[in-house]
Amino acid sequence: MFDFLEGYDVLGAFWTTVQLTVLSAVGALVWGTLLAAMRVSPVPLMRGFANVYVNIVRNIPLTIIVLFASLGLADIFGATMGASDFKIQGFRLAVLGLVGYTSAFVCEAIRSGINTVPMGQAEAARAIGLNFSQTLRLIVLPQAFRAVIGPLANVLIALTKNTTVASAIGVAEAATLMKTMMENEAQTLAIGAVFALGFVVLTLPVGLLLGWAGKRLAVKR
Amino acid sequence: MTEVSVAKEDAVTADELVVLSGVNKHFGPLHVLQDIDLTIGRGEVVVVIGPSGSGKSTLCRTINRLEGVDSGSITIDGDPLPAEGRALARLRADVGMVFQSFNLFAHKTVLENVVLGQVKVRKADRKRAEEKARALLDRVGVGAQADKYPAQLSGGQQQRVAIARALAMDPKVMLFDEPTSALDPEMINEVLEVMQQLAQEGMTMVVVTHEMGFARSAANRVVFMADGRIVEQAEPEQFFSNPRSERARDFLSKILHH
Repeated sequence: MFDFLEGYDVLGAFWTTVQLTVLSAVGALVWGTLLAAMRVSPVPLMRGFANVYVNIVRNIPLTIIVLFASLGLADIFGATMGASDFKIQGFRLAVLGLVGYTSAFVCEAIRSGINTVPMGQAEAARAIGLNFSQTLRLIVLPQAFRAVIGPLANVLIALTKNTTVASAIGVAEAATLMKTMMENEAQTLAIGAVFALGFVVLTLPVGLLLGWAGKRLAVKR
Repeated sequence: MTEVSVAKEDAVTADELVVLSGVNKHFGPLHVLQDIDLTIGRGEVVVVIGPSGSGKSTLCRTINRLEGVDSGSITIDGDPLPAEGRALARLRADVGMVFQSFNLFAHKTVLENVVLGQVKVRKADRKRAEEKARALLDRVGVGAQADKYPAQLSGGQQQRVAIARALAMDPKVMLFDEPTSALDPEMINEVLEVMQQLAQEGMTMVVVTHEMGFARSAANRVVFMADGRIVEQAEPEQFFSNPRSERARDFLSKILHH
């Protein structure tokens, strides 16, 4: 019944999807947190930069960002991302595009988390002599993160599915393989179902786990 | 009672610790602090009272620059308050602050709340910081709660932890911004007792409060504020029995009846 799967490395393709997701998630979390820190910083230039970045990037379709990373950065400006061949270069450019795009959403989720932390927390931190970055790192962000685990789970799930856009620049992830298989095999519906199921298997546990963690780690006030 | 007042007089010297001169501050069109001149001596306990909106909390918050000022100068131990940055952070560590709403770090245990500043600001050794934190928590009577989270404590307990957190920095002066206003009546005394004890030990304190009993028994001086100005300052006995200004008489007549 599943003989149409023969000869295709479905697991391998999904493994690439997982790699894209994990690397982009880590990158987006780091860069998004930095952006959120800039958005609440006392330096107007940083606030302005993060504000403009978020509002531009989140309003551009991901496909265009990923294509720009490939056609713009790589082909015109010659950014090879330190890669030796096109496959690795495409993968890294896709991660770059996904990080740049997803971080805008991570930033906004974290910023809304920062807004849930009462002013008094930061005031108390400053009153014992913590500087701005210590106040943010030790007091405000830990509480902000716990408040937005749910929204961050949404961003992560969206990111997992968004990795399929990498097929636009030829990265051999799940959607690329699905397209190939649909061209070569007759059972298009079954193929679609297999890949849809594959994504649900990836994202469902993430949502459930993070939902549970969000409840458990919530800061009691 | 007599013992206390003798100790208080010993503690007060001519040594000026906090000096505000010509301080002005606006919130938009509201002139919330108007030409404030106030000197607080080392070891002195100054209670600031006045009707709501008189600027007394703002005054308290300008002393560690949680609120900036528009004009005038504030010095602490001879040093003018620095602008934002590292120097200001260092100065704030020397000025303990206790808030109306406690503001304990909600994601950290009681012990961690008292340890944090010592380790991160004073660069104290962690073990020694914990010992000191436990000693301070014992001193304010919440030693048994050290491993709980703030939300698990009563308001009175939380406020005593907040006092311990401020004391852990070995501050030169302690600011209390309406420390008992958010407490249930039966918890007010446990906090006031800790503050009384601090006053007796010679801590320099600026206390914004509505607790007239505390003002009478612990203060060296009462500062009465109204409409952004210091209207009157006097020793507590004199202030409560014979206020000079009409504004203070009016205020006292409204609160001392019951």
